[in-house]
Amino acid sequence: MNAFVAILRRDLRLALRQGADSVMVVAFFIVTTTLFPFGVGPEANILARIASGVIWVAALLAAMLSLERVFQTDYEDGTLELLTLSPVPLELLVLGKVCAHWLTTGLPLIIAAPVMAVMLNMDQDGFGTLMIAMLIGTPALSLIGAIGAALILGARRGGVLVSLLVLPLYIPVLIFGAGAVEAALLGISAQAQLQIMGAILLLSLAAAPFATAHAIRQAVE
Amino acid sequence: MHRFAKPSVFLKLTGAMMPWMVALTVILTVVGLYLALIGSPVDYQQGNTVRIMYIHVPAAWMGLFCYVGMALCGAMSLIWKHPLADICARATAPVGATFTALTLITGSLWGEPMWGTWWVWDARLTSMLILLFLYLGYIALVNAFDDPERGSKAGSALALVGVVNVPIVKFSVDWWNTLHQPASVARMDGPSIDPSMLAPLLIMAFAFTGYYFIILVLRVRLELNQRRIRALQLSGLFDERAAANGDDDALAYDQGHNAGAGK
Amino acid sequence: MTVFTGSDLTCLRGERLVFGDLSFNANTGDAVMLRGRNGAGKSSLLRLMAGLMAPRRGTIRWQGDDIADDKIAHRARLHYLGHQDAIKPVLSVRDNLRLWAELRGISDIDAEIDQALRALDIHHLGKTAGRYLSSGQKRRTALARILLGQSDLWLLDEPTVGLDRESCAELARLIAEFRARGGIVIYSTHVDLDIAAPTILDLDQFAIPMMEWLVEQDDEEDTRESLSPDMNQGKSAEAAI
Repeated sequence: MNAFVAILRRDLRLALRQGADSVMVVAFFIVTTTLFPFGVGPEANILARIASGVIWVAALLAAMLSLERVFQTDYEDGTLELLTLSPVPLELLVLGKVCAHWLTTGLPLIIAAPVMAVMLNMDQDGFGTLMIAMLIGTPALSLIGAIGAALILGARRGGVLVSLLVLPLYIPVLIFGAGAVEAALLGISAQAQLQIMGAILLLSLAAAPFATAHAIRQAVE
Repeated sequence: MHRFAKPSVFLKLTGAMMPWMVALTVILTVVGLYLALIGSPVDYQQGNTVRIMYIHVPAAWMGLFCYVGMALCGAMSLIWKHPLADICARATAPVGATFTALTLITGSLWGEPMWGTWWVWDARLTSMLILLFLYLGYIALVNAFDDPERGSKAGSALALVGVVNVPIVKFSVDWWNTLHQPASVARMDGPSIDPSMLAPLLIMAFAFTGYYFIILVLRVRLELNQRRIRALQLSGLFDERAAANGDDDALAYDQGHNAGAGK
Repeated sequence: MTVFTGSDLTCLRGERLVFGDLSFNANTGDAVMLRGRNGAGKSSLLRLMAGLMAPRRGTIRWQGDDIADDKIAHRARLHYLGHQDAIKPVLSVRDNLRLWAELRGISDIDAEIDQALRALDIHHLGKTAGRYLSSGQKRRTALARILLGQSDLWLLDEPTVGLDRESCAELARLIAEFRARGGIVIYSTHVDLDIAAPTILDLDQFAIPMMEWLVEQDDEEDTRESLSPDMNQGKSAEAAI
């Protein structure tokens, strides 16, 4: 457990010192969301109708954008090799890094999401569900994304590749995340969707660290 | 099992089986196509359009079959670390992707006269489209490394992750589809299929499977031979021989063996 | 008395055969110097010894136990220094080292880091961020890492790269101290390091012609002996002490 805290603390410290990463992810999220009114027109009811989907798609893209860097810099400067050689299960270290990734990208997105929901004229009934759904969904995005980020280590054009690998795997989260918000907007209970998202989160929590650690071992071999 | 999986045994065995496999597949294809296009009755609702189904449905089966096959190869490479498993997975991907694309194209061709549109966000179509994306991701990943072996290994891991995800994707797309589109489109799974239609369907499915195995074997043989050539190049044998007597025909294996041992 | 051995090691890198039938043997206090042409497999052998890579054939044992059986225990006893320094430009030297100390479960981290920094004469740089370090200072920071915590085995891949003459002497002194404590050092270098009585392991000896390997892959059972017996004998010469 000390190892988990150690790697988490170091990654957070790195993120704070380098700073720009989290800010850029949120900026990307906001700019992408802002593009939709330009694309579909400013009518309030149309925007309200698509708001939940737009926010989720933008969040997906923003989370994906930051994936490449989760392991890439550590891979390039030899840190990943040494992490693999430290006397701690690599899966635990992966979990720590994913946790740091979520705290620096997922969490800011959750905070930014209601602001964008207001701008897209979403009904206030959906706000609570949107935030809960993102709270469950974004860690799953980080976990699944980490697998992709580890697989592309050492590949050519890793950034484009990671999106091709990860986006199809993100579809279930998108469907249930947006579905939960829509249910709430219709005045129906969103419990079913949230529970399924919880199941997806648990499954990725159980499987993703192992798959990611396996991919990292291949990369540093 | 491992004995057959040895590259040399594989090459010998498949070399002997190849003519039989080709003959069987050609016969199945000819018979299947005859039954599908001429021999089977016209559907009372769909007319001749139903004949697209004899390509469409087996192709869809093959699309799924190849993905499962790929994941199985991935699991084998993970557990036994056998190089042949990686090569098989790698060789399967383009075939599976082609079958999946064929499914989407024929589905679209069938949809236009039946549904009046080339594309609907039907649960099946959408799942197939996502399956195609998974294939494309695999192919892109496998080819993105300078070291082919590293690419194959990463691909095997991805195929395994993908196969866990396929049921989840399928479930979520079904769920999404029923929420957004109440059953307004005609479904295929209505009445049970008449035997006169089932026979060509199954024969076509076998023909496609035969085709897949032929392509698989050809691609694996190609890859094995390419590896051997790369290994020969690395050994410097080509240069040595060229320097020695200048002839480069009949690069028989025995000669190579002697050259290596005599070093 | 600790014994670190490897037997019949064959290593493939990508599709290239790096070396075959390599054996080595190192005891408490030994230093083994790896020698060989470029591409002879010095780095690969060190990575095999660290457990980063698995040998295609053969086993590496510590006190008779295969290192693949308990990788965590093996990692706890070794320090590996690769070509890269793994230094984060935005973190201070101390913070860079802190992670490795924490992952090793060291209790008195600050004292250990102080000691390591003093030993490499970079104590004054403790608060300096990685990006302001010269390449020699970075290398010394990386070397400070291998002083952290208890270890019995140092695997050093070109440790002298970027070091000046004084630092090389410093490194030689650290290695001597480590050996005196009973540690085993295995290293590769292009510069002459002043190390007392190192065992030399010449990797060029273990190069196998590619063709032989191919034939062997096809007929795993019996070709090996019949093919070139004299060669095999040459190869089984161990790096015995």
